[in-house]
Amino acid sequence: MMRAVPREGAEQTLPGGAFPSGVATAPAGDPWRAHAVRIEGIVEEVPGVRSYDLRFLDDAVARDYRFVPGQFNMLHLPGIGEAAISISSDPAEPAQLAHTVRAVGNVTDALARMRVGETLMLRGPFGRPWPIAERTGRDLVLVAGGLGLASQRAAIRQLARHRERYSSVTVLHGAKEPASLLYTSEYEAWKASGLVVRGSVDGLADQGGTVDADAIPAWSGRVGLVTDLLSEVTTLSERTTLLCCGPDPMMTAVADVAMRRGVAADEIFLSLERNMACAVRHCGLCQFGPVFVCQDGPVFSYAAIAPFLRVPHL
Amino acid sequence: MHPENHPTRPEPRGVGSEELSVGASVWLPLDRLQGVIDALRADGMRVVGPQVAEGAVVYRDLERTSDLPLGWIDEQDGGRYRLTQQAEAGVFDHVVGPHSLKNFLFPSRDTIGRFLREDGTWKQLEDLPPEPPLAVLGVRACDLAGLAIQDRVFLGGEAVDPHYRRRRESLFLVAVNCRRAAATCFCHSTGCGPAVTGGFDLALTEFSGRFLCDIGSLRGAEMLAKAAAGSPLDRCTADEVQRARQQSAALEQAMHARREVPGEPRPRSMEMEGLRDLLFNNLEHARWDDVASRCLSCTNCTLVCPTCFCASVTEVADLSGDHVERERHWASCFTLDHARMHGESVRSSTASRYRQWLTHKLAGWIDQFGTSGCTGCGRCITWCPVGIDLTEEVAAIRDAPPPQEATP
Repeated sequence: MMRAVPREGAEQTLPGGAFPSGVATAPAGDPWRAHAVRIEGIVEEVPGVRSYDLRFLDDAVARDYRFVPGQFNMLHLPGIGEAAISISSDPAEPAQLAHTVRAVGNVTDALARMRVGETLMLRGPFGRPWPIAERTGRDLVLVAGGLGLASQRAAIRQLARHRERYSSVTVLHGAKEPASLLYTSEYEAWKASGLVVRGSVDGLADQGGTVDADAIPAWSGRVGLVTDLLSEVTTLSERTTLLCCGPDPMMTAVADVAMRRGVAADEIFLSLERNMACAVRHCGLCQFGPVFVCQDGPVFSYAAIAPFLRVPHL
Repeated sequence: MHPENHPTRPEPRGVGSEELSVGASVWLPLDRLQGVIDALRADGMRVVGPQVAEGAVVYRDLERTSDLPLGWIDEQDGGRYRLTQQAEAGVFDHVVGPHSLKNFLFPSRDTIGRFLREDGTWKQLEDLPPEPPLAVLGVRACDLAGLAIQDRVFLGGEAVDPHYRRRRESLFLVAVNCRRAAATCFCHSTGCGPAVTGGFDLALTEFSGRFLCDIGSLRGAEMLAKAAAGSPLDRCTADEVQRARQQSAALEQAMHARREVPGEPRPRSMEMEGLRDLLFNNLEHARWDDVASRCLSCTNCTLVCPTCFCASVTEVADLSGDHVERERHWASCFTLDHARMHGESVRSSTASRYRQWLTHKLAGWIDQFGTSGCTGCGRCITWCPVGIDLTEEVAAIRDAPPPQEATP
């Protein structure tokens, strides 16, 4: 018998209780309505990747703005274009927004040329967040590949503040080389809050090469794939909720390891990335199988999207 | 002289405005249809209707009923559309052309925001240019179904598109019951036609030079009253209404009974049952490569589809760079740009792009909007330059399931 892909996909995508209830996946009113923000600070995180501190010009907008970790904003540079970027700042300070951006395209290249004091437009927040609020008492494991950590930093800040609500919180960060590990200056603070933080570098493994420790100088830490790091985590069990963000193949590999260790498929959450223009299920660009990454996601339970994640070029 | 300038007093014969109520049916001769057009225009509406232009029946601004395609028939088949004149053909005996309501409610280019930079600071301007409300004459059952589907997309979710909404809210619809079907029509399979069953202001059924006109809304009654002012319309008898319904029912039965005749275009139909699971269970079926060997990735099917809604946004700036308009324009899943990320397209092959289109239209749509995205209008078959026929592609996948292990 052929295995039927679950019907009623919308329900499958949003299993009961998996996501925080009452979280709006789009702002009220005109979804195209944007607000001006000023760049208050720019931090060069790693080569080609900068974090932008943004403040709303309109006090009323700043006062009303709220987001939940895992959501994203549309950053709009008028005359250039718009890009969907995860919110990387602390949700407890919702009006002090930070976005970590790699310059890889038209909009992000133009953003990289902007300076402190300049303004751009912002729409948001959009999307379904990481389901951490209702996972109290569980072992949380966050796995991030490369810039994927940017989509998890807001969650990490929140978990660090409320560490006592969880059995354990482990953050695993894999990158190509030591210089591309993100937010390294914050690891000590995260650890001081009771989080386990581990990083590993894999050299050129993601380009088909083999992991070669000797090729990575000035690194005394772990060398290998982030899945190897995950295998060593002792809090990986049926009591674990795993949150993962990275390239699609890395996320399926992480899900495989987690499930072998007893983590339920519907307790594995992945944040996907796709092209998008509207962020509210209207433009169709971010479709992935039956779901819209913008508003059905970007965070999905692995159980809901696994059949589609393994189909090439979907 | 505008009809609205006449008093709308009931006359002894026929029906006056008080009896032009929702659910009633009246006879509308062709010259009185002109009165409806005049009334709509006098009400400040832009009226569009089907007209012969550039070798096809397309929607254009309509002032006179004499511009309607009286006597024209469209022959349609895979990759083929030909207009021919037929002596006995009526005003609406063509079926559907390349245009649909989508062209007006969700136009191919649409300004969705204006931005101004002053003293180095950007702001979004509130005002967008006003548009006259729209009345469309000649809308078929499949296109009313397409409209209902686009309503779900743009109005039915957590976010509402304000640009679609403002046009939709003021839209006036004069529907038409089809008297014939093209070979490419399969609304009898999708359940979208051929009978018009609701969602209109006025609906016409053609009978040799005059129309049985069903009143579907208060606005419809109001416009008809203006058209009837001074010279009342004859009310249809129950038998006459029954005859009109019978005409649609007979066409539907005939569509179900159609059989392939050698040398003639194959009459289309599509088994809709279980289509969603069939397609999602066959994402790696060999047929995707087969159809890709014929598909040109030209995007025609997505452009003529009355429900395809994909769009991207471009920035249009003046020379100073201080005045920027955001322009939404139709996008197509057949282009590499549709799924482009970090400079590369997720769907790099034609097979993956055709699969995206067909699985979205017939399967993913059900998850997303609780309805199939296909109305059975057949436009994608007719306007495909190589005549790819989705009903054939679906049948091929249905007839030849892949080995079990290929299922995701």
